[in-house]
Amino acid sequence: MPNQSSKQVSGWGRFPQFKHRVFTPRTASDLHSFVKNNDNPKTIGFGNGRSYGDSALSECIIDYRQAQNYLIDFDAQQGTFTCQAGVTLDEILKVIVPKGWFLPVTPGTRFITLGGAIAADVHGKNHHLAGCFSEHIIELQLLLADGTIISCHKNQQPDLFRATCGGMGLTGIILSATIQLKAISSTQIQQTTHKTGNLQETFAVFEQNQSSTYSVAWIDCFAKNKSLGRSLVSIGEFADDGSLTQTSKKARTMPRWFPGFMLNAWTIKLFNTLYYHRQKKPIKQETVHYQQFFYPLDGIHHWNRMYGRRGFIQYQFILPKKTSFEGLNVILKTIAEAGQGSFLAVLKLHGQANKNWLSFPMEGYSLALDFKVQDKLFPLLDRLDQLVLNYQGRFYLAKDARVSREVFEQGYPNIEKFRQYRQEHNMNQHFNSAQSLRIGL
Amino acid sequence: MSTLLILGAKSDIARAVAQQYAAKGYDLLLAGRSINELDDFAKDLTIRNEIKVSLHEFDANDFASHASFIEQLPQLPNGVITAIGYLGDQQQAQQDWTETEKIMTQNLLGNVSVLNILANLFAERQSGFIIGISSVAGDRGRQKNYMYGAAKAGFTTYLSGLRNRLFKNNVHVLTVKPGFVNTQMTADMDLPDKLTAEPEQVAKDIYKAQQKNKNTLYTKGIWAWIMRIIRLIPEWQFKKMDL
Ligand SMILES: Cc1cc2nc3c(=O)[nH]c(=O)nc-3n(C[C@H](O)[C@H](O)[C@H](O)COP(=O)(O)OP(=O)(O)OC[C@H]3O[C@@H](n4cnc5c(N)ncnc54)[C@H](O)[C@@H]3O)c2cc1C
Ligand SMILES: NC(=O)c1ccc[n+]([C@@H]2O[C@H](COP(=O)([O-])OP(=O)(O)OC[C@H]3O[C@@H](n4cnc5c(N)ncnc54)[C@H](OP(=O)(O)O)[C@@H]3O)[C@@H](O)[C@H]2O)c1
Repeated sequence: MPNQSSKQVSGWGRFPQFKHRVFTPRTASDLHSFVKNNDNPKTIGFGNGRSYGDSALSECIIDYRQAQNYLIDFDAQQGTFTCQAGVTLDEILKVIVPKGWFLPVTPGTRFITLGGAIAADVHGKNHHLAGCFSEHIIELQLLLADGTIISCHKNQQPDLFRATCGGMGLTGIILSATIQLKAISSTQIQQTTHKTGNLQETFAVFEQNQSSTYSVAWIDCFAKNKSLGRSLVSIGEFADDGSLTQTSKKARTMPRWFPGFMLNAWTIKLFNTLYYHRQKKPIKQETVHYQQFFYPLDGIHHWNRMYGRRGFIQYQFILPKKTSFEGLNVILKTIAEAGQGSFLAVLKLHGQANKNWLSFPMEGYSLALDFKVQDKLFPLLDRLDQLVLNYQGRFYLAKDARVSREVFEQGYPNIEKFRQYRQEHNMNQHFNSAQSLRIGL
Repeated sequence: MSTLLILGAKSDIARAVAQQYAAKGYDLLLAGRSINELDDFAKDLTIRNEIKVSLHEFDANDFASHASFIEQLPQLPNGVITAIGYLGDQQQAQQDWTETEKIMTQNLLGNVSVLNILANLFAERQSGFIIGISSVAGDRGRQKNYMYGAAKAGFTTYLSGLRNRLFKNNVHVLTVKPGFVNTQMTADMDLPDKLTAEPEQVAKDIYKAQQKNKNTLYTKGIWAWIMRIIRLIPEWQFKKMDL
């Protein structure tokens, strides 16, 4: 029998937070027999807890990491890599980077599991060229509720593949996958940062740099009027200087006692202003280590404690390209006026949507914001939800902790297919998260 | 390149030790019963680290096989660690000799048998290190687990004698006394968080202590203090207690 304990668990935003039964199988066979014999329908797989809300929370949580933590194969000639789902991107990078390979797609933290990367079908700063994580999966293995293991890819069991990638653990437990890596010849990134004065300029930089591999903007969500949408847009390419040695600075840790009140509207606004004005020149060029470029926040362990005891919500939505400009104008204005702006607001131009039923990205602009949890936050978010829907946008499950069923389903044309598939294959009787129950997935 | 032989390699602590030494560049000889169960683990180690790993069938209970086991190893390792142990069932052992014998064999006799051979070879070579995982349970006999405790006490004493003997041969002996460790062995126990180590922590502590030629290692460190106090309790009082 796997270890079982009852404990307080939450996602990265530390909201919501409640007691769960956590099962920690030690071995693959423990995991298999547990899944096969478990009859609690409120059960979900738990990766590294880097989703922000309640995607990985349920009455019964399976923390499968210890049972699925092997690297299985690395072909350093072809750049194919196979490992079990509990391995983190950090562990993968340690092995592949010195051999001249990199993750084809990476989110803004390397402390997620392979399982979490597939379940959320994560995207990175290169989405406009490389698509989501699932585009680079050669094959994956899934453990179904009845204990069978099934492998699938784009052309084998395509429906299962489309439901699983982006399916937030609702089809079963992903056991392992083979992915195609991307060749690099340096650990350094050549970064160009454009300082823009408003949203129009920000959009222009994105559109002019569509052929650059990596692009993302940090946006000052306190700026109003003529400066609304002012940003630092960063464009990056791997250098080709041939140096593959990894250097990683020692991470610092956010103290447990960090008082939530330190972060209030005033300090956050000050931070935003200082951050924006830190760069003097309109265009700055520098060479930075990939860890600094992709994972700036990983340098501070437990930075999520910064928002205090009640935690925070990350709010991420995407608007189709044709409504993005108008929509973002209105939404940014609403946020700036509410004075509840965010420490880090991140804007990104995405490429086309893939065929997975619940994957988040589509062609257009996405915005991600952190909000400290406080009573007055929820009415603001409800208002923003309506604005996002007015502009035909949608929300990212990996970040969400509160969106209602009515709001969520409007953004996903394939949601019925997903629901039906789960029903037909009895998956909805075995795997459900707090989030899937709220949204009715 | 240095090589470490790990006896009882399937143990959770042993696997963490394997990962630790692999990360430091040691080649590994992993030995135990049904050792093929470690195929995937071994492959994982070689992908993560540029080292060689091989698997070797070994049963500590089968004393007669120990000499040939050592002979057929690809090379004489630089060092050895044994994690072989068996907690057993105290209640059952009080009634049933086979359980008592199993506890004595798997904690003490098997380890002594194989280490006797390695000690001689290391002494002859004038180099090497020997790490034995004993237990705090060997520091004082308690009614709850004195069969296990007695076997571990025997093993602790064996290791200290060995250390004394091999000092002049440039062979170092480290006695490891874990307190509680969160492993397969303790899976059904409700262990106090503050006093319980994860195998990874134990492995790090072992590596550090071995590199520094420490003699005895308590892990977590707080167990050194706890055991000091427990040893101080006078026997006339200790015998009345229910620890
Ligand atoms: C600082 C930071 C930056 C981020 N940046 C980005 C970004 O740029 N782009 C992006 O797309 N995301 C981003 N994220 C979100 C993150 O990548 C996803 O939430 C990811 O899913 C987290 O993976 P995890 O291993 O922590 O999984 P968890 O958070 O534990 O779980 C996430 C979901 O995956 C499911 N799951 C996990 N493992 C399995 C498995 N083996 N089988 C089936 N289901 C499983 C869970 O049930 C849950 O639904 C960021 C998060 C943080 C904290
Ligand atoms: N966990 C703790 O709290 C704790 C505390 C103090 C000391 N220790 C000691 O730490 C060591 C490692 O224990 P662990 O916690 O990692 O538990 P474990 O996983 O149960 O390890 C014990 C290992 O010994 C092996 N073994 C037993 N008899 C054997 C034999 N005859 N031949 C070959 N291998 C044999 C077992 O292999 P099989 O699978 O083949 O049986 C198993 O791999 C033990 O010596 C234990 O006494 C543990």
